[in-house]
Amino acid sequence: MKWALLIVATVLALTASVVFGPAAVSLGELLHSDIVWNLRVPRALLAFLVGGLLGVAGAGLQALVRNPLADPFLLGLSGGAGLGAVLAIALHLSGPWALPIAAFAGALAALGLVYRLGLIAGAALDPRILLLGGVAIGAFAAAITTAIVSLADAAELRNAFLWLWGGLSGASWDTVLLVALYAPIPLLVLLAAARPLDLLALGEESAGYLGADIEAVKRRVYLAASLLTAVAVAVSGVIGFVGLVVPHIARLTWGHRHRALLPAAFLGGGALLAVADTLARTVVAPRELPVGVVTALIGVPVFTLLLRRWSIG
Amino acid sequence: MTPLLRLQDVHYRYPGAASDALHGVSLAIATEQFHAVLGPNGSGKTTLVRIALGALVPAEGRAMIDGRAAREWPRQELARVVGVVPQREDNLFPQRVRETVLLGRYPHLSLWGRERPEDHAAVDRALVACDAQHLADRWVWTLSGGEYQRVRVARALAQEPKLLVLDEPGMSLDLKHEMGLFELVRGLVTEQGLGVLMITHDLNLAARFADSLLLLERGRPIASGPPADVLTQQTVETVFSWPVMMQTIDGRPQMIPLRKQKESGA
Repeated sequence: MKWALLIVATVLALTASVVFGPAAVSLGELLHSDIVWNLRVPRALLAFLVGGLLGVAGAGLQALVRNPLADPFLLGLSGGAGLGAVLAIALHLSGPWALPIAAFAGALAALGLVYRLGLIAGAALDPRILLLGGVAIGAFAAAITTAIVSLADAAELRNAFLWLWGGLSGASWDTVLLVALYAPIPLLVLLAAARPLDLLALGEESAGYLGADIEAVKRRVYLAASLLTAVAVAVSGVIGFVGLVVPHIARLTWGHRHRALLPAAFLGGGALLAVADTLARTVVAPRELPVGVVTALIGVPVFTLLLRRWSIG
Repeated sequence: MTPLLRLQDVHYRYPGAASDALHGVSLAIATEQFHAVLGPNGSGKTTLVRIALGALVPAEGRAMIDGRAAREWPRQELARVVGVVPQREDNLFPQRVRETVLLGRYPHLSLWGRERPEDHAAVDRALVACDAQHLADRWVWTLSGGEYQRVRVARALAQEPKLLVLDEPGMSLDLKHEMGLFELVRGLVTEQGLGVLMITHDLNLAARFADSLLLLERGRPIASGPPADVLTQQTVETVFSWPVMMQTIDGRPQMIPLRKQKESGA
């Protein structure tokens, strides 16, 4: 029943984001319109994929760092990606792929640094140090980013600022294809770790005694979730709250078994971001809001309600 | 017959420590045997468990589980042979009792497979064995300390192990629940043929329920064997640095600590 509802919601969200847009396309012309096929459909699909990846990455990272309030961007990736993107803008790197590649490189650099920090005490990955290291690296990258932005020209500054709040206006069939080819392997790695993640909620010692290979699980989950976040941020900027709120709602509805939770977080995140992006490009048409603004405006009130429920138990 | 667990002359020293955490410790547990390890704080009991389970590698000597070096067992295979109830665990997310016991089936599941009817049957059997079937649908966080310990034992039983390892399971339980837990463990040994390794502070309960005791002091084995041979007045007073008197109940030694200064008139 709840799966049926979720799938219906997903289909509705995708349909809405194809039907509604700043340009009026009548329902009869929907299937023949270039605007629909070359702009709205790839954009809806990209929003769905990015939202889904953020939802799954958030659910996995929350279990890994053993903190139900963790967000995929908490581990420094947004800072690294933002720095990469702003550098690309400041250096006037041109070409449609310059920005995504620079953001992806920045995210990977942050990922590598945080991972190395997480291993600081030896061969075992310490999730607490991952969390602290992520926050520190993210803050450091954000400081450099702000320094660059403050020295930039006004137009560049606006571009950089908008990019940091996320947006899907760069969507094309190429980006959809790229994400669709890139994502399955990290997604499968996370799904294969679903049961060990259930065990990890009991603590590393107990999980080990129940048969999980804890060190391998932690590494795989961290790397897979981070790689998903990195590609999401590369194609769409920093879209907050999807990776935080969606896993939470999924936990309330599907419980804490990651076998059900991860697919639910994928569909839920995808549907939410498709809706948020439809709002972002229609409510102030012909201008566009950064989609991160919309997810934050929806996400923060929802999150406040969730916090209340969480503290009540 | 190969013992389930065998430690042979094990030595271990933590990196940078001035003395051995374990020094020449041996131990063998077969099926249908309840073995308790006793000793003051810091005597090496927890280190012994870590070595027995392959989490630490002894500097000298050997730790074997079912005839194979403890360190060489893949974790998932080991969890089908040894069930552990550690001292502490977390509960990050709210869970129902049946769900948490079902986690004990992990070592038996294939990577992509679902839980099979036999897995649910094993969970039911474990809940019944621990007299916890009436708790199955409760949230774990609503359980009392004693109920929670029974559920954790049930989870270890759902692994269908041959050897059960319990680290201080009676801590912070009241009389009824502590006795209940020891009766439960004894029953598992007698009725289901499990081997048990239990770490405990409680000399009297260990003497009442266990077949064999190992007494450690600063990593060295002071005495081992049947309770009556191990818990003599002299040994207990030496190891725990406190005067005691010994009595016997059901043929097993029981220790009563003495006041150092007798009350006047006594």
